Amino acid sequence: MHENAIELRNVTKRFGEVTANDHVSLTLRRGEILSILGENGSGKTTLMNMLSGIYFPDEGEIFVNGRKVTIRSPHDAFELGIGMIHQHFKLISILTAAQNIILGQKGPAKLDMRQITGDINALTSRYGFDLDPNKKIYDMSVSEKQTVEIVKVIYRGADILILDEPTAVLTPQEIEKLFYVLRRMREDGKSVIIITHKLNEVMEISDRVAVLRKGQYIGTVETKDTTEEKLTEMMVGEHITLDIQRADPASTHRCLEMRGVTVRNREGFKVLDDISFIARTGEILGIAGISGSGQKELLESIAGLQHVESGQILYDAPSGAVEELTQKTPKQIYDMRIRLSFVPEDRLGMGLVGSMDLTGNMMVRSYKQGRGFFADRKQPEKLATEIVDKLEVATPSVHTPVRNLSGGNVQKVLVGREIASAPRVLMVAYPVRGLDINSAFAIYRLLNQQKEQGAAVLCVGEDLDVLIQLCDRILVLSEGRVAGIVDARTTTKEELGYMMTSGHVAAGRVVNSAQAGQAASGSSPSDEAQSESGKEAR
Amino acid sequence: MNVLLTFLHQAILQGIAILFGATGEIMTEKSGNLNLGIPGIMYMGGIAGLMGAFFYEKGAEQPGVVPGVLISLLWCAVASALGGLIYAFLTVTLRANQNVVGLALTTFGTGFGNFFGGSISKIAGGVGQISVKTTASGFQATIPILSDIPVIGRLLFGYGFLTCCALIIAAAATWLLVRTRVGLHLVAVGESPATADAAGINVNRYKYVATISGAVIAGFGGLYFVMEYLGGTWANNGFGDRGWLAVALVILALWSPAKAIWGSFVFGALYIIYIYIPGVSRAMQELLKMLPYVVTILVLIMTSRRNRPEDQPPASLGLSYFREER
Repeated sequence: MHENAIELRNVTKRFGEVTANDHVSLTLRRGEILSILGENGSGKTTLMNMLSGIYFPDEGEIFVNGRKVTIRSPHDAFELGIGMIHQHFKLISILTAAQNIILGQKGPAKLDMRQITGDINALTSRYGFDLDPNKKIYDMSVSEKQTVEIVKVIYRGADILILDEPTAVLTPQEIEKLFYVLRRMREDGKSVIIITHKLNEVMEISDRVAVLRKGQYIGTVETKDTTEEKLTEMMVGEHITLDIQRADPASTHRCLEMRGVTVRNREGFKVLDDISFIARTGEILGIAGISGSGQKELLESIAGLQHVESGQILYDAPSGAVEELTQKTPKQIYDMRIRLSFVPEDRLGMGLVGSMDLTGNMMVRSYKQGRGFFADRKQPEKLATEIVDKLEVATPSVHTPVRNLSGGNVQKVLVGREIASAPRVLMVAYPVRGLDINSAFAIYRLLNQQKEQGAAVLCVGEDLDVLIQLCDRILVLSEGRVAGIVDARTTTKEELGYMMTSGHVAAGRVVNSAQAGQAASGSSPSDEAQSESGKEAR
Repeated sequence: MNVLLTFLHQAILQGIAILFGATGEIMTEKSGNLNLGIPGIMYMGGIAGLMGAFFYEKGAEQPGVVPGVLISLLWCAVASALGGLIYAFLTVTLRANQNVVGLALTTFGTGFGNFFGGSISKIAGGVGQISVKTTASGFQATIPILSDIPVIGRLLFGYGFLTCCALIIAAAATWLLVRTRVGLHLVAVGESPATADAAGINVNRYKYVATISGAVIAGFGGLYFVMEYLGGTWANNGFGDRGWLAVALVILALWSPAKAIWGSFVFGALYIIYIYIPGVSRAMQELLKMLPYVVTILVLIMTSRRNRPEDQPPASLGLSYFREER
């Protein structure tokens, strides 16, 4: 066996005018875990898609086990023992894990499921996977589905695995499990490429790190010889600080309160179950949880987009009056002159209109203003220009359809518009998803700015490290219930992960979090309500 | 007692045509093709089989039962396969809208049946004059001793060989879907063609084969009706809405051919129940004929409330698949 599992020499791929990979040379050794690091749009996925047969390189050579090869289709890649696990799983939900694993495989016409599950069990126990072959996909968590995908690839005899951002959807505990399996595979002589942009994971799992920047190959370093700061510098091309400047909350008082809110989805399943919490001005309240634990419904019920079955949502107006938002439509909330801004998860579905230009998208929020029959385009255009200048949105002009902008720029337009109305309550869901480091930090700065200006910020996030650095308090959701509210300054990732999966606070932590909440909020009148709601939430 | 036995016997006789259609449609839908042309294809299969037998009996000096049966089966299979091929070519290769193609095919197939039915009636010498006695006797032949058992003999064994075939095909189709690799791949194609494609399954081939063989199975339903039920003659629009009942039965059976067997008996019974209820007016009769559809709607409501993923239609049903530009 050749020592290099894969070697790429001067591989180039162009899409029209854009060069996605520019003369990239890279080696993957046998029995190692190689991280490929790079910002969005640096060409990581394109490069891997050439190995898995989805794209064909314009120039350059690929060697597998020292032999020059041409990979024209996923089938070719598979014959060479290369298996890729994509971010979007390709599984059939009404079939079992075992049926999905053998799909498309040659073999006797009549299926002997007992033997097949036996084979799969032998494979899973060898690498330490936790998988029931007879479980249907629709009953599985994201992590289990990912396991099926990995087992599928290994079952087909792959010894080179490529994982595209495998940890993006997992809890810390699940990530540990995945890394354990990957290490077992490495010991077994398999080679693994893992695409990620989380530096701490790169440091933890990989033997070497290859860095790409804007389609160029920057270099490969041994993980043990490098630091997160050095890697960032390679990735971004300049030195940037990775600290989020978090100010202590000032002049906090109750702004928004949920009392025992329950929401059912169309199937009658409780997506929010007796949710109680308080959001305060001048503070960022983080909301963590496994995806689909009710984060979306929580924000939407405040914005008036969900039918609240029971419970109350209360808003403390600056005047001192307490207004009820329960069962109000977005228009009623707007008419009450409550400055509520919402940056939804689905940017082009709920936040912006893809086929309209920047100005048009500004008008989505202000179309009711203006005199008479005709719409006022001047103000929105001014606002769009301002946002483009202030947030450095890369766009040809404010008359470009939003759809044509890249993900980061779309997000900037949306956040910019929502912040422009000087919100008192700002709700953001996954604000930096798909953004590169620079844009992400720009968004964090904006959120902190809003907090300092006295807004109550609710931020749903998936990266726990970021939530811990950015927020003041973190509310953890688990299966639609509040698992607990903890102080972001004293909590750990492990504690959050435990709460996300177990649905309650670890023993001995409850008192601490209530105290921390009090300490942070000073002597505001809402303290009692807070600790009460903390208890209720338990 | 006697009336009840006759009613049950008639219900099964009615049901078999629907069972053929439903089994064919299930196999087609499992590949993700919603072939609403099935009612038309059943007309095509029926008239083609009849024409084959008619010309054979007209031409041969001493027409035999076995050649007559084989010829009509062959003509029926070819004509229905042609219907399935038209559908598959338009929807799979040309990616035309499945609903439009299906409805057009039903209109075409019905017209095809009535046109050729009328034509051979003319050759035979007038409406109702078509007769393929020899061939029809082959289709109508029952197992001699068993069907003569008193009381239950006729109910259990008083059917021609196509009835037996319908049951075997439905059972075999279920076995194929549940127990074999081909069945697994077919289910995968209907659920998520992209996933099947990535797994190395030839999506288009599965869609073609499933649609064409499904059309042939459904076509036999038309032939059964013409040969065994009507005894080898043709009446324009005589097949009625049995084709649509077959499509409805697919939903009632929750895409399982084995369940379609019982469903077809129920549909057959509901379809003719008006004859056995004394004193119903003409208007009431028409209302009673709606019962199978009412039952289908009730089943739809029940399954949507239970919401079991396995009971849902194939996820990609009605959608064309094309591999995105690489």
